[in-house]
Amino acid sequence: MADFEPVLLRRILKNASPSLEAYRGDGGYKALEKALNTMTPQQVTQAVIDSKLRGRGGAGFPTGVKWTFLPKGHPGPIYLCINADESEPCTFNNRILMDQDPHQVIEGIILSSYAIGATTAYYYVRYEYGDATRATQKAIDECYAAGLLGKNIAGKQGFNLDIFVHRGAGAYICGEETGLIESLEGKRAWPRIKPPFPAVEGAFRKPTIVNNVETMACITHIVERGADWFRSIGVPPDPNNPRDNGSTGPKLFCISGHVNKPGVVELPMGLTVRDLLEKHGGGIWEGKKAKGAIPGGVSMGVIPDTEFDMRLDFNGPAKYGCLGLGTAAVTYFDQDTSIVDVLYNICRFFEHESCGQCTPCREGTGWMHKIVDRIRKGQGRYDDLKILEEVGDQIGITPGTTICGLADGAGWPVKLAVRKFRSEFESYIKNGKKTHSLTLVGAH
Amino acid sequence: MATVYVSYTPKNDEKQPEGLIQATIGKETVALLPVEIGNEKLNCIQAAQKVGTQIPHYCWHPALTVVASCRMCLVEVGERKPDGAVVMQPRVVPGCQTPVKDGTVIVTTTAKVHGAQQQTLEGILLNHPLDCPVCDKAGECMLQDYTYGYGRATSRMIEQKNTPANKPNLGPNVSLFTDRCIMCSRCVRFTREVAGTAELQIINRGNHAEINVFPGEALDNKLASNVVDLCPVGALCSNDFLYKHRVWNLKTVDSVCPDCSTGCSIHLDGNKNIVYRLRPRDNPKAQGHFMCDEGRLGYGYVNSKDRILKPTRLGKAILWKDATKDIRETFELAAKKDGSTVAMMVSPWMTSEEALLLAKWARTLSRDVRLALGPVPTVGKDDHYPKDRRGNDLNSAPKFTIRAEKCPNKKGVSEVLKQFQLRLHTFEDLLSWVDAGQLQAVYLAAGYPPRGQGWITTEQADKFKKVQTVVVHDLATSPVSDIATWVLPAAAFAEKEGTFVNHAGLAQAVRWGVTPSGDCRTDGQVFLDLLQRRGLAHVGTLRKELAKEVRYFAPLAEGELGEYGIHLETPQGA
Ligand SMILES: Cc1cc2nc3c(=O)[nH]c(=O)nc-3n(C[C@H](O)[C@H](O)[C@H](O)COP(=O)(O)O)c2cc1C
Ligand code: SF4
Ligand code: SF4
Ligand code: SF4
Ligand code: FES
Repeated sequence: MADFEPVLLRRILKNASPSLEAYRGDGGYKALEKALNTMTPQQVTQAVIDSKLRGRGGAGFPTGVKWTFLPKGHPGPIYLCINADESEPCTFNNRILMDQDPHQVIEGIILSSYAIGATTAYYYVRYEYGDATRATQKAIDECYAAGLLGKNIAGKQGFNLDIFVHRGAGAYICGEETGLIESLEGKRAWPRIKPPFPAVEGAFRKPTIVNNVETMACITHIVERGADWFRSIGVPPDPNNPRDNGSTGPKLFCISGHVNKPGVVELPMGLTVRDLLEKHGGGIWEGKKAKGAIPGGVSMGVIPDTEFDMRLDFNGPAKYGCLGLGTAAVTYFDQDTSIVDVLYNICRFFEHESCGQCTPCREGTGWMHKIVDRIRKGQGRYDDLKILEEVGDQIGITPGTTICGLADGAGWPVKLAVRKFRSEFESYIKNGKKTHSLTLVGAH
Repeated sequence: MATVYVSYTPKNDEKQPEGLIQATIGKETVALLPVEIGNEKLNCIQAAQKVGTQIPHYCWHPALTVVASCRMCLVEVGERKPDGAVVMQPRVVPGCQTPVKDGTVIVTTTAKVHGAQQQTLEGILLNHPLDCPVCDKAGECMLQDYTYGYGRATSRMIEQKNTPANKPNLGPNVSLFTDRCIMCSRCVRFTREVAGTAELQIINRGNHAEINVFPGEALDNKLASNVVDLCPVGALCSNDFLYKHRVWNLKTVDSVCPDCSTGCSIHLDGNKNIVYRLRPRDNPKAQGHFMCDEGRLGYGYVNSKDRILKPTRLGKAILWKDATKDIRETFELAAKKDGSTVAMMVSPWMTSEEALLLAKWARTLSRDVRLALGPVPTVGKDDHYPKDRRGNDLNSAPKFTIRAEKCPNKKGVSEVLKQFQLRLHTFEDLLSWVDAGQLQAVYLAAGYPPRGQGWITTEQADKFKKVQTVVVHDLATSPVSDIATWVLPAAAFAEKEGTFVNHAGLAQAVRWGVTPSGDCRTDGQVFLDLLQRRGLAHVGTLRKELAKEVRYFAPLAEGELGEYGIHLETPQGA
C-alpha cells in the first residue's frame, strides 16, 4: 500500500487552483466527455455497481445498488440530492473537497445525473459552510458559462441538468436523507418514516437519490479510470460472503483530537486505528499516550487504546461493537482526558440535535445528557450506569424504536463508553470525583 | 380473504376462544387468535382491535396522516407461513405504520413489547409535570391510562424536568399547558390536514420542542377546539371547560349536536342538571370524528337562568294542568267553528316525534287545521374544510362541512308535516295567513335557542296581534311571547329524547343528559297531554308510532337507532 497515490486529494495536495480552467488543465471533465461520448447511462450505473463503491455519508450503502431502486422507465422528474450537510462531529472531508476542488464533485454530480436520469440536482450545503457554498456556486457558474450545465450539456443533445445550491438549516438532522428532503422542501427537518424510500418517493414526492459529496467525487474517478481500478484499492469483498460489498476505493480519513498532525488524509480502507494515528496523525500530542479514540464520528462509539488494532473499513468497527465506519473521522484523546467529559460532550451534542419527534430519542438523549452531567459533577449513582446502558441499547432504528439513525448514534457512544471504560465511571461515582473543569468543552 | 393472527390475552371471566394457535416466539409461548379481515386495508392497531386487543397509541389517529413518532404502539410482527411456522421480525415495529396482510402475526404480549411500552412511557414521563390533581384531562387521560396499563410502577428519573412556559389562549377557545405535551403532533396535523388553516407549528428541537402558533397568529378557526379532544393528554384544554368540573363526575350520554344540519354525533357531558360540555363522537355515517366550535360551545342557553321556566297566561304563572286544559279547550272551540282558522307552527328544533304528536293533535281538532314549518335559520353558505392557509376554499373533497342551515331537524319535521298535509307550508305562509286575518288560534311550537336576532322580529310578531289566541312554546322570551296569551316553557335538546334527521337523511337519536329546568316539561309530554293521551312520552314507543304513521320514517320500525343512526334516504354516492 506504500505506493498508494491520492486521487481525491490529488489536486488539493498540489495546491491546485479550484478554477474550471485549472481543473481542466489537470484532466478534469475528461470523465464526463468519456461517459457522454462512449457510455449509456446504464453503463455508467453498471460501472458504479461493479466498482463496489459504498456511500461515504456514513451508512455505507452500495451506491450503484441504491440507484437501481429508482422506478424503471419513470417519466421524471427524478432528483439527485447531494448531501453536503456534513455535521457529524470531527468530520470535515466533504468540506475540503468543496472548498478546494469543487469541480471534482460537480463532475461526479453531472455523471451521476446522467446515469440516473436526473435533470435537477440539489446541492444541500451545511449552513455553516460559507466558503464551501461560495466555492461551489462559483464552480457551478463556471460550468453554466462553459456549457457543462444547463441544456444539451457538453453538446450532448437532450442531456440537461441544473444544479441548485441550497444552504442548510443549521441542524445535524438535516443530514439524515429524509430530513434533508423535508428541509429542502421548506419544512422542519423531521425525518420521514420509510417506506416509501426516497428512491421511490423523495423530494417533492418524486424519485430521489441522496448521495454524499465524497461519493460524488468517487464517481468521477470510477468513470475515468474504470471499476476495476477502483476495486483494486482497499479491501475486496469477502468471497465467502455474497452479501459483503468490501471496502473498495480511496477514502478520506479525518484525523482530529489530541494528535500532532490533525487533518484529512486519503488512504485505502483497511488500515488500523493505530496506523492512522502513528503513520498519518503524527502520534499523540505532547508526548503523551493515547487513552482511546472515536473511530468514525461520535455516532459510531468509543474505543480504548487496547482496541487500536481495529481495522478502518466497513466491517472492522462492528467487530469491536462499534456502529460502523461512519464518516471515517477518527478522534484520538490522550491519557489525561476524562472519558466522562468526552461522553458528556457527546451527549450534549445529541440532546441538542435530536429533532424531537420520536419519544425514545427526544427524551432518551436528554436523560442521558442529564445523567452524565450529574456524574461529572460528582453526584453519580451506580444505578445511573445501568440506565445509561439500557437507554443506549434501546433507542434507535436498530432496536426499532425510532424513525432515524440519529438515535442509534446517540446511544452507541454512551453504551460503549460505559462498557469499555466502566472503571472510570465507577471511580467518579465511588469517590464523588468531579471533572477538573466543569466549563463546556468545545462549542456548537 | 386474509387472516391475521393476534396474540391473545385472556380476559377476566371470558372462556378461552376456539381456534387458538400456540407459537414460540423467542423463549416465550404465545397463543395466537386468527381473525379474518377480508380485503380491508388495516394497520396492526386496527387489526388487533378486531379481536378486542388494544394496542396503545398516541400519535396515530384514523383521520390524520401516519407519523409513527410517539412509539407507544410498538409490537412484534411476523408471518405465519403456509406450513404453520411463525417467523418473527427481529425488531419491534410501530403498529400504526405496519400494514397487515394475509398471514401477518401481531404479538403484543412478549417481554420485548412490554419493555418497549415501558420505555416509551418512561420517556414521556421524564419531562411530564404529572400535575394530574389540577389537570383538566385527569380521569380521561391517555397518559394516565397507559401508564397504569403498561408503564413502570416507579420513576427512575431524578433530574430536573423542563418547565416551558404555558400558553394561555393559544386561540380564543384553547389554552396550551406546554409542559404536559407529549409531542404527538396530532394537533398540528389537524390544523394542517383537516382545518387546513395550519395555525399550529412545532418550535425548537429535541426535548425543548413545543407546540406554538405562528407569530402574530392565533389558533382561531371554526374547528379549532377539536385539538382539545385530539390531544391525548391535558396539554390542550378548552377555555370553556377549564377548571369547571372533574370529568369523573360527569355523566355522559350520546346525542346529536343541534346547531346545524350536519348533525354531528356528540357526547353530552352533564352533572346535577348542568350541561358542562359537548364533545364529538365518532360517527362514520354522520360527520366523522369532529365537530365545529359553534356547535361545541353553543349549549350555554340550556343552563341559562333567563329561560322561560314556568307556564304563564297573560303574564301570570299558572299550573301545567290548567294550561293544557285551557289551551286544548280554546283550540277545540276555534276548530269546531272553522278548522282553517287554526294553525300550528313546528320549528326545526322539534324532534320528529314531537312533530308527529303536534300534527296528530292538529288532526284530532280538524282536518283543516293548518300546519307550517317554523323559520329555518340560514347563515351564509355551507362551509367546507380543509381550507387553504388564508382560509379560502379548496377544490378538494371536503373532510368536514359546517352547514348553512343552522338547525337540527328541518328534514325530520318537514317529512312529518308532509305526511299530514299535501303542501309543506313555510313560516312566510303562516305570516301571510295571519296578515290576511284568516287565523283565530295559533300554536307556535318554537323551542328556538335564544341567539342573535332571535327567530322572530318585532315587526313579524306584531302581526300576531290580529290573532285572538296565540300560544308560544319556547325556550326564551321573544317579541311574540309578549303578545301571546299562553307562554309555555320548552325543553332544550339536552333535556329531551327523540329523532333528528340530518341534511343527508340520517336519523339519529337525541338523548337527554339533564332534566328540564324549572317547571319545564319535555315538549313531547306537553303534546301528549294536549292529545289527552295518558302516560309518559316514551321515545321507543313514539318512534315506532312515527315509523308506522309516516312513510319516510318506516326504516325506524324497531324503535332503536343504534350508535350511528339509520339512513332514511340512500346516501349520496352510495
Ligand atoms: C442523523 C444523521 C445525520 C446524517 N448526516 C449526514 C451528513 O451530514 N452527510 C451525509 O452525507 N450523510 C449523512 N447521513 C447519512 C444520510 O442519511 C445518507 O445515508 C447519505 O447521505 C447517503 O449518501 P451516501 O450513500 O452517498 O453515503 C446522516 C444520517 C443520519 C442518521
Ligand atoms: S430518531 Fe431522533 S432525530 Fe431521528 S427522527 Fe426520531 S427524534 Fe428525530
Ligand atoms: S396530562 Fe394526564 S398524566 Fe399529565 S397531568 Fe394531566 S392527567 Fe396527569
Ligand atoms: S399539544 Fe397535545 S395534541 Fe398537540 S402535540 Fe402536544 S400532546 Fe399532542
Ligand atoms: S401510534 Fe404508532 S408510533 Fe405513535
